[in-house]
Amino acid sequence: MSEAAHQHAEPTGFIRKYIFSVDHKVIGLQYIGLGIVAVVLGMILSWLMRLHLGWSTLAIPGLEKLSPAGAPGNVMTPEYYLSLMTMHGTLMVFFVLTNVPFAGFGNYFLPIQVGAPDMAFPRMNMMSFWVTFTAFLVLIAAFFVPGGPPLSGWTAYAPLSAVGQDAGPGEGWGQTLWALSIAIFCVAQLLGALNFIATTLDLRTKGMSLARMPFSTWAWFITSVIGLLAFAVLLPACVLLILDRTAGTSFFIPGGLVISDRLQAHTGGSPLLWQHLFWFFGHPEVYIAILPAIGIVSHILPAFLRRPLLGPRVLISCLAAIGFLSYMVWGHHMFVSGMNPFSAILFSVPTLVITIPATIATLLWIGSVYGARIRFTCASLFCLGFISVFISGGISGFFLAQPSIDTYLHATYFVVAHFHFVMGVAAIFGMFAGIYFWLPKMVGRMMNETLGKIHFWFTFVGVYCIFMPMHYLGLAGNVRRYAAFTDDYLAPLIPVHQFITIAALITGAAQFIFLFNLVWSRFRGPKATENPWQATSLEWSTTSPPPFDNFGGRQLVVHQEPYLYGVEGSAGDYVMQTSPETVEAR
Amino acid sequence: MAKRSGERGSASVAAALAIFLTLFVGITLYFFLAKTWWYPPPINDFGREIDAQFARTFVITGIVFVASQLGLAWLVWRYRSNGGRASHFEGNNTMEAIWTTATIVLFVGLGLFGRAAWAQLHFDSIPSDAMVIEVTGKQFNWIFRYPGADGVFGRTAPEFVDETNPVGIDPKDPAGQDDVVTLTLGVPVGREIKLVEKSLDVTHGFFVRELRLKQDALPGMVIPVHFHIDPDKTGEYEIACTQLCGSGHHRMRATLKAMTEADFEKWLANEKAQ
Repeated sequence: MSEAAHQHAEPTGFIRKYIFSVDHKVIGLQYIGLGIVAVVLGMILSWLMRLHLGWSTLAIPGLEKLSPAGAPGNVMTPEYYLSLMTMHGTLMVFFVLTNVPFAGFGNYFLPIQVGAPDMAFPRMNMMSFWVTFTAFLVLIAAFFVPGGPPLSGWTAYAPLSAVGQDAGPGEGWGQTLWALSIAIFCVAQLLGALNFIATTLDLRTKGMSLARMPFSTWAWFITSVIGLLAFAVLLPACVLLILDRTAGTSFFIPGGLVISDRLQAHTGGSPLLWQHLFWFFGHPEVYIAILPAIGIVSHILPAFLRRPLLGPRVLISCLAAIGFLSYMVWGHHMFVSGMNPFSAILFSVPTLVITIPATIATLLWIGSVYGARIRFTCASLFCLGFISVFISGGISGFFLAQPSIDTYLHATYFVVAHFHFVMGVAAIFGMFAGIYFWLPKMVGRMMNETLGKIHFWFTFVGVYCIFMPMHYLGLAGNVRRYAAFTDDYLAPLIPVHQFITIAALITGAAQFIFLFNLVWSRFRGPKATENPWQATSLEWSTTSPPPFDNFGGRQLVVHQEPYLYGVEGSAGDYVMQTSPETVEAR
Repeated sequence: MAKRSGERGSASVAAALAIFLTLFVGITLYFFLAKTWWYPPPINDFGREIDAQFARTFVITGIVFVASQLGLAWLVWRYRSNGGRASHFEGNNTMEAIWTTATIVLFVGLGLFGRAAWAQLHFDSIPSDAMVIEVTGKQFNWIFRYPGADGVFGRTAPEFVDETNPVGIDPKDPAGQDDVVTLTLGVPVGREIKLVEKSLDVTHGFFVRELRLKQDALPGMVIPVHFHIDPDKTGEYEIACTQLCGSGHHRMRATLKAMTEADFEKWLANEKAQ
């Protein structure tokens, strides 16, 4: 470990310590904080959307103040519904699911888990957060520009997203800001991914071989590699979209379009090109969201099962296989797009194949419960809940992976259910598990377990009440992205939507129990010891919270595998990675 | 080893988790098997083939779903903490190899099975005597065009588009004089229909639930699909837009009217007169 990696001394001023900090721990907390702001905002948007879907003429008090044009008389217009939907998706996918499990927890714990005093490039790390923050501000600005936020969905399909104001309200300034925000976000992710990769490869402490890295570190490392390739494609795609919108180019706009009775002055572009570029990023993005959650859950589970997971090397191989295959499946989003139907078969096969490592990983988690002595804490409950929702969300993937069945289910609520479970809820459960598990380390205080368990039950039961019925809606042929269900065919399904809305309101409200617990425990929770869970990895070999250089000037030496639980150790049924004792060959 | 404070309630938490998972599986299965909310009955062979593949997938994934959720429920109950030490259980390579191979065979096999329906829709050549109808997506309507007596569509160009000429037929092209433009898709039952999809502005999605047919209409591209409707399935079916196309996406609908050959001829003549 080189001295050069950590030349900077601990800052003393407030700004250098908490705002423009180069400390990876502060940066990690900043990402998590930004993620919490984004997730609350995204959730409130989903409440508004759900209320509108259940009762499309309902007046929502105060909505008119937020957007006089979008909600005249406090009743949402169809285009405002689509705007909220677009912002919900964008906030959740980019600023929550990418930021928290990967950038947030990764920043805080990756260096500590490999025994490094900081990231490889601390200043670049600081820049990466502030660039992300800028992207967030640019996105939020879309709420306040003329025309309001964009309405073309988080996938921003061209030419709807590319031709400007003529395509509808929000497609003017709002859509440009959206593309700009995502382009800026890509830059931040590229900086972050490079930093993670360099830190993992170069800053591991003595004895920390690759094989001794915890699952979470492996997951962040593999995710970084995926992110480096995926965001490198989305960035130019967004730049081309901005050029189409502002500079009169026609990358994604074909000739001869008549929009709002005006012949568009574009010619020669391809709408399919945007879809290919977007999904070349968009599918790996699903794994950028879920792999860190998989890593976090796999890291936390052994500490509460009190035994190591089955087949740790198989599990890591599965993560790597998922990362590799994630680049060959993007076309499964485009089975009905008009691309060559032969390629649908080509994309279908790796899509079915990628379920195999995911299935093996799930079987390894479930199998690992066999013979365990489960300690039910909030962290372990969210891990077990993760396994359940990951199965529920994964199962529906088998239907959608087949072009013939997808022909019916594509763009219905069946898809909404699928990706909310497997990408959204599963990753959120990973985050909750991570916060309940690591908050004692991050702030030095324990969280309240009773409040946490109440939060778990509301959330676990709630997400099933929200998303399970969406499968039935999809089967019945309920198309997604509809602002209202006004026709004879869909009207009978409205009671199901009302049930979902009520479930969403209750489940969402229960999240404030979590936020209260978080804030209350931060200041009033019982003091955390160095290793409250009797866990083994390096973050538990330092104080809670860790000092500025993570280990107080010590250089840790790693002697053990990461998950020695259920053994005869000197401290109990576990042996820490830093412990030099000899463990009976198993 | 002394009981830790977190372990005291472990039996009740384990029981709650196991009971909830069991209930959840039961309720989920009930609504699937009772078909409370289900797809409308298909109106041709292609639809029945898709449904058969759906049923195959449902059985296999259903078994996986029930076994894994209930397995998790049982394990959580069985292996709750009692303050004792976790027992020693190593992975079994043979088991791992068996379940991995089984997964591969099952899932990839399932996918190959489903290829037939896809091939029927996209690879089988469309019979040359199929009736050709053009559909154009335009915010927020579906516009249909029939070639008329000459069997030839007139030339179109965007500069001719206006309120009375929604798809922009060239008024000088003689082939276009007898084209019939409608807002309803009338088709005769029992006959192969070739539908040529186009879009005038943004991407739309053509979806008829009973046909199990969905295909995006992309600006700048001409995408053919084909279908037929069983002779006994006359009636009206909804055509929905499935690709986000702007503020009126949810109300972009049209009707597919399946008629006997004679009724169809009458309907088309009537549409032409308007």
